[in-house]
Amino acid sequence: MKGMTTIVKQTTKLIAGMIFMYGIYVIVHGHLTPGGGFAGGVIMAGSFILLILAYGSDFLKLLKEESGTTMYENLAMIVVLFLAVSGLLLGTHVFFLNWIPKGTVGHLVSAGILPLYNIFVGIEVAASIVTIFLALIIFKEEVSK
Amino acid sequence: MEIAISVITGFMIIGALYAIHARDLLSAVIACGIVGYSLVICFLLLKAPDLAIVQIVVETITLIIMVAVVLDSSREEAFTKLDRQGYFTAITGIVIIVVFFYFMKISVASLDPFGEGTLRMAHSYIEGATEKTGSANLVTGVVFDFRGYDTLGEATVLVTAVLGVLTIMRIKGKK
Amino acid sequence: MIVYWLCFILFLVGLYGVITRRNLIKIAISLSIMEFSTFLFFALVGYSEGGVAPIVDPADPVKLYVDPLPQALVLTAIVIGLATTALLMAVIIRIYRKYGSLDIREIKNLRG
Repeated sequence: MKGMTTIVKQTTKLIAGMIFMYGIYVIVHGHLTPGGGFAGGVIMAGSFILLILAYGSDFLKLLKEESGTTMYENLAMIVVLFLAVSGLLLGTHVFFLNWIPKGTVGHLVSAGILPLYNIFVGIEVAASIVTIFLALIIFKEEVSK
Repeated sequence: MEIAISVITGFMIIGALYAIHARDLLSAVIACGIVGYSLVICFLLLKAPDLAIVQIVVETITLIIMVAVVLDSSREEAFTKLDRQGYFTAITGIVIIVVFFYFMKISVASLDPFGEGTLRMAHSYIEGATEKTGSANLVTGVVFDFRGYDTLGEATVLVTAVLGVLTIMRIKGKK
Repeated sequence: MIVYWLCFILFLVGLYGVITRRNLIKIAISLSIMEFSTFLFFALVGYSEGGVAPIVDPADPVKLYVDPLPQALVLTAIVIGLATTALLMAVIIRIYRKYGSLDIREIKNLRG
């Protein structure tokens, strides 16, 4: 599909990186301010969707088959499951326990295993939404009767 | 506070009624966006900033997908006359709505007045939350620590939905 | 209490749309409206008059917090609603490409 006009392309060049950084900020500060893994993940996906819509799929040379986004999603899901099982193996023998020592309330490195959960759930949500968008809207000519 | 939320909910009902009866499908989808974005204002008035952030970005993504689907297929709803099957459907709808009204009256009378804390689990979650989880955001502490299984199940649901979409659209076709 | 009545009426508007409409996109929009009304009901139940948002500030102790448990349940439900709507849209695209129309009575009458 074709891209948009020149004004949109120039504005997207300036803004898309800042939206991505804002998504990372919302994810990492999930245990201090409102936000968390899900909101930050969807914001990160939004910056990718903005790039694809502004420049068009011909310019970005998107392949007419599966791209690499499902690999990120599956890897992030496996790491989330591994973090949940790690309480069983390493710490006390309880599944899904918060076993890293918690620091003082209000610092960036605190709250045990919570920031790690936030980061990997955020990556998984972002990859899911970009995959859904690509499958529904961009990859169209592959379906045959 | 109650009056403000009532006014906004009345606005949402008007938007929803228009979205159902519009003939142009693009107008109906944008009217569905009215309901979604008014819900963000309701969440902010009810002191829930986490929900407001998630709802506003998810509503934007939903609108993008719906508009793309509508532009790709037909743009107008076909005009239909009321025949016998249409009458039967309308009467069934009215009967169901009347039955629902009766049960609504019973259940609203049994709720506490708006503004007093209804649930009793709040005390045991708020009392020792900062010592037990170590996080300053209580909602994140409840979602990831006290109720971690729900989050695990929701991540699984997202992966399954992506699997379903890729299978239905059949991106890698047979040669 | 009038807020609870209006929330239930929004649910009934969505239910009326699912029962009586014949176009598939109208059915998807009505399903989405029913989901929004349940999110609003959960947020209404957990509200306490005079409470603040559930973020703890260590330097400023506060007496009354808004209940965080319904907010955690709605947070999960919003993302699941997005996944359901996306799957429904994928099915609608395939139906339109195969049958050529979005009317549920014509789709029932055609046979493959």
